[in-house]
Amino acid sequence: MGWAIALHGGAGDIPLSLPPERRLPREAGLRHCLDVGITALKAHKHPLDVVELVARELENHPHFNAGKGSVLTTAGTVEMEACIMDGKTKKCGAVSGLSTVVNAISLARLVMEKTPHIYLGFDGAEAFAREQGLETVDPSYFITPENIERLKQAQEADRVQIDYTQPVQKEVKNGAAVANGDSQIGTVGCVAVDVEGNLASATSTGGLVNKMVGRIGDTPIIGAGTYANHLCAVSATGRGEAIIRGTIARDVAAVIEFKGLSLVEAAAYVVDQVPPGNAGLVAVSSTGEVAMPFNTTGMFRACATEDGYSEIAIWDSPSK
Amino acid sequence: MGPWAIAVHGGAGVDPNLPKERQEEAKRLLTRCLDIGIVALRSNVTAIDVVELVVKELETDPLFNSGRGSALTENGTVEMEASIMDGPKRRCGAVSGLTTVKNPVSLARLVMDKSPHSFLAFSGAEEFARKQGVELVDNEYFITEDNVGMLKLAKEANSILFDYRIPTIGTCGAGATMDSPLQMNGLPISVYAPETVGCVVVDKEGRCAAATSTGGLMNKMTGRIGDSPLIGAGTYACDLCGVSCTGEGEAIIRSTLARDVAAVMEYNGLNLHEAVDFVIKNRLDEGKAGLIAVSKNGEVACGFNTTGMFRGCATEDGFMEVGIW
Repeated sequence: MGWAIALHGGAGDIPLSLPPERRLPREAGLRHCLDVGITALKAHKHPLDVVELVARELENHPHFNAGKGSVLTTAGTVEMEACIMDGKTKKCGAVSGLSTVVNAISLARLVMEKTPHIYLGFDGAEAFAREQGLETVDPSYFITPENIERLKQAQEADRVQIDYTQPVQKEVKNGAAVANGDSQIGTVGCVAVDVEGNLASATSTGGLVNKMVGRIGDTPIIGAGTYANHLCAVSATGRGEAIIRGTIARDVAAVIEFKGLSLVEAAAYVVDQVPPGNAGLVAVSSTGEVAMPFNTTGMFRACATEDGYSEIAIWDSPSK
Repeated sequence: MGPWAIAVHGGAGVDPNLPKERQEEAKRLLTRCLDIGIVALRSNVTAIDVVELVVKELETDPLFNSGRGSALTENGTVEMEASIMDGPKRRCGAVSGLTTVKNPVSLARLVMDKSPHSFLAFSGAEEFARKQGVELVDNEYFITEDNVGMLKLAKEANSILFDYRIPTIGTCGAGATMDSPLQMNGLPISVYAPETVGCVVVDKEGRCAAATSTGGLMNKMTGRIGDSPLIGAGTYACDLCGVSCTGEGEAIIRSTLARDVAAVMEYNGLNLHEAVDFVIKNRLDEGKAGLIAVSKNGEVACGFNTTGMFRGCATEDGFMEVGIW
């Protein structure tokens, strides 16, 4: 027993040849966010506060697909979504279609705490953000040059890219800057449990590169991308459509409850059911266990437990 | 593979003082929709086509809270949502925030069949609808006099009951305020009238499908998305079963009600009736909801912890039942 925290910056086809200039800032980001979470847990903050805090840090980091650095819709705009859930009460909040709210996860929290509803989308969500005095900015704030390039590349290839899809093999004239066009960023998420067994989960994203305007993915759908109950907290990442159909986050908890599997076994089981290359997740249990399985090439992730263990990784670790 | 079965619903949570004529009207509509489904099943129409057909009929009729006759937002407008799921391969489609699409369930079907995504909402969904050439109408088409009156009552009730509706963290299960059986989501039952519609079907090949459609909660905030378009909450279908839920949206979402029916069958080996009973008894906490479900073996079940649920079901051996209480 003891506290535990796990977070992710997205699962996908992250090439082993990822150049340092794309790998190092993300590893640093994961490390920074992990530290923020650990400090908060040590200060006895409630897991709901911890996951919101960490998700906000990940959203503000421009190299992950959430908040600033979100991928673009087919119209070149940003439409962000997020979701937060409290394990003990199963209270939850979700938002979709945001274009000016700096921290979507905080708006999701306000929906949970300040409205009789769970989920607000698009204009209604934006209006609520203003009513609540949340920080809003011009939509251009979220858009990075890397994402403009990714959209261009996706539209040329005429397909929708999940996080980290490898670029279509184009003729490389001079071998330079091939990495520029690939979508090497992902959804973000954080799960945490404190010493009393309180659990919480938070997920935030810009969605799929070149997605249709108005497309909602798995992130804001309770039971798909985000879930927490008295047994565990889960945040998933990957191909939204597969995660929705597989009710991934809910299933981890259901498998623990009904099949008596441990968190690690349950999480691995659920990810195995998803077609390869489509999903990953981070999860913690009420007893302080951590699981971070993925069936993609890699998943940006980090975790720590009260006994002093911590890990930051991208691809398979030898102990897996 | 097995016998077919079909169930329809027009919402859980019924005013015990509902006038007799309204009750009869509701039963007639449910019967008519069941008949449409039965004729289709006898002609070997697949489950996914049958649920769409039946829910379209429910949307088009102004009686229940979907399509025409939808509940109104706080602004007096209509924002509709729907989802549909095909058990084999668990393909799904969902839409939210529709204001001009005559049949939301059909747009949800198109999202499933003709887009690379599972869920489209608001202006993006409307744009998709335009491109697909589905029938579009003015928002006024969906608004009925009945509902304009209901909205007024809801606003009056909300100004008194607002605090009741927001649960506070930490008091869940404390039972400090007993749920009055005559209230749902903080509104008197006469005003709340959830009346989401849905249909579940298993065809002769044992394929299950489910679809749900609604205008949502009366006096909801604009932009509010409920359980009906959320896969796993209001709608779910897989190899084992098809489920459609109705009632307090927030309770259905937090309990992932539709998915849980299938999960206890899959992971716990319960049969359909046991699964439905279990989920209604154990998963809703203080929430009020109901659901209909079919299994691949041709069974049909419904369960609700509300005062009544508009429902009907039929099986291939000739059994047919329409009820409210």
